[in-house]
Amino acid sequence: MFAGVLHQIMSGIATGGIYASVALALVMIYQATHHVNFAQGEMATFSTYITLTFINAGFPYWIALGIAVVLSFIVGVAIERVLMRPLANAPVLASVGVFIGLLLIVNSLSGWFFDYTIKQFPTPFPDHPMLGGYLSGHELGSTAVTLIVLISVYLFFRHTRLGLAMRAAAFNPVSSRLVGVRVGWMLALGWGLAAAIGAIAGAMVAPVVFLDPNMMAGILLYAFAGALLGGIDNPLGAVIGGFMVGVIENLGGAYLVGTELKLTLALVIIVTVLTIKPTGLMGRKVFSRV
Amino acid sequence: MRISWLVPILVLLAVIVPVAMFTDYHLFQLTMVVVYAIAILGLSLLTGFNGQISLGHGAFYAIGAYTTAILMTTWNMPYWLTLPVSAVVCAVFGFLIGLPALRLGGLYLALTTFALAVAIPQILKYKAIDNWTGGVQGLVIDKPDAPFGLPLSPDQWLYIFTAFVASILYIIAWNVVRGRVGRAMMAIRDHSMAAEAMGINLPIVKTSAFAISALYTGLAGSLGAIAVQFVAPDSFQVFVSVFLFVGLVVGGVSSIGGTLIGAAFIEFIPNFADKLSKAAPSAVYGVILIAVMFLMPMGAGGFLYAMWRKMMPARGAGPARAEAKAAGRLPS
Repeated sequence: MFAGVLHQIMSGIATGGIYASVALALVMIYQATHHVNFAQGEMATFSTYITLTFINAGFPYWIALGIAVVLSFIVGVAIERVLMRPLANAPVLASVGVFIGLLLIVNSLSGWFFDYTIKQFPTPFPDHPMLGGYLSGHELGSTAVTLIVLISVYLFFRHTRLGLAMRAAAFNPVSSRLVGVRVGWMLALGWGLAAAIGAIAGAMVAPVVFLDPNMMAGILLYAFAGALLGGIDNPLGAVIGGFMVGVIENLGGAYLVGTELKLTLALVIIVTVLTIKPTGLMGRKVFSRV
Repeated sequence: MRISWLVPILVLLAVIVPVAMFTDYHLFQLTMVVVYAIAILGLSLLTGFNGQISLGHGAFYAIGAYTTAILMTTWNMPYWLTLPVSAVVCAVFGFLIGLPALRLGGLYLALTTFALAVAIPQILKYKAIDNWTGGVQGLVIDKPDAPFGLPLSPDQWLYIFTAFVASILYIIAWNVVRGRVGRAMMAIRDHSMAAEAMGINLPIVKTSAFAISALYTGLAGSLGAIAVQFVAPDSFQVFVSVFLFVGLVVGGVSSIGGTLIGAAFIEFIPNFADKLSKAAPSAVYGVILIAVMFLMPMGAGGFLYAMWRKMMPARGAGPARAEAKAAGRLPS
């Protein structure tokens, strides 16, 4: 019994890592622009297809992933410059509409270019169980990769001039512009980073859930839940929230509701957090002047 | 020129001409247009007139469809009697979901309803309610014949029946929007704090808007289930909600007449785009959605209304102004 629970928690942490990185991508865009990117999952799926295309073309795994990450970064920047820039002060409905439009376009492009059949995705990690049989090689490897990503994002924002400028642009655009930060480009960089993180998360999750154009729909939901649980304006909170949702999902799926209702669990987490503690565990309360 | 007596004549023509001239398959398509129009009207009452963005109205559509299907298969209820039951069931569900929605502003509500839309097929497949819902296989229902021995095919009768129900629902919606409740809903959309200061009971109005909206979309689901003769969890994927949203935006978020344009759009565009590729319909939806957001934020309905206003500058005061206000802007 205890070993079973431990096993569920460990693999919950492994999937939680993926939710954590998608949640981090969501929070980065939310912090900078107060938009929630409904198309995040679809964009990550598309990046994963690009990775697969390069692997099939004969590139080694890590190089293919690297190319996909760079391409995703460029596309992310381009989307921000072209589509999102005019929406900076638009009503919520307009931004939701554009994001839904983007979701539809990217999703159908995935289907169009790479067709709707479910595909296998290779993993670069060994196939045998590790850590005394609690984790598969891929689970351990993907957790390591997500941790590396999360730590490097943290170091980037904490210890580089560019990271500081990006934080400043998100925190107070007007003052940042006055001291010479190019706020528009910082937002575009944020979008690029989010798309790049999505590409890595997609490649890490694809061997587990298999690759098809709707692969990320459920994962995006858990990431939303994680971001809200941790606090949607706090990157660290979103990461912790993502891991927690992974563990909750696995334990709940194994002992509480069964695997058929796993997505409903995400819905329940979202509603519970938003009604009981809308700021999340580590979020900041926002006051607005009348 | 007064148009108030023109509308009934147009509606009558829109019912009689297709029944007399169209094939059964085209009548079925038109029935689906009317069904989607009702569903979008429900979404419009909530999103367009009350400013609560929902990306999960496919869930209410599914609940309505399943209520009708279950009543018709398990209890052998006649199809027309299932509509009031389905209306009550959906209104109750809408009210219940409207309660947590009270605490969720704009984006968060969109997010939560989106989660609902993603989760609904799984809930419908759930084993414990298998006996009622038919699980993954879904339920098959019979198409009703025309009553009183009328010489009509089932499709012809169903089109007349759906159009009749839709007319009643549109008249009610028209009056709700123009009445006290509608003004309260729009006041909340435009400035909730000012609305509350003027004595509008915010929680009551917002939850009732949710209930009415769910009732409309649920009834559309019921009519759609009767027309399609089949319900299954996989016909209510997240894309139903997304397409309803697309129809709403294309027709104009707060334009009652625009719902028909939006419905025709989501029914017929796939027919044309399918010829390109299986993936094309949603790509076309996406491109048009973004284009409408940038170029014509009040949608086709709002655009046509603005043209009409320009051509008929002298038309009366009260209701026309209210309509212009309703059609002319997005909720903030």
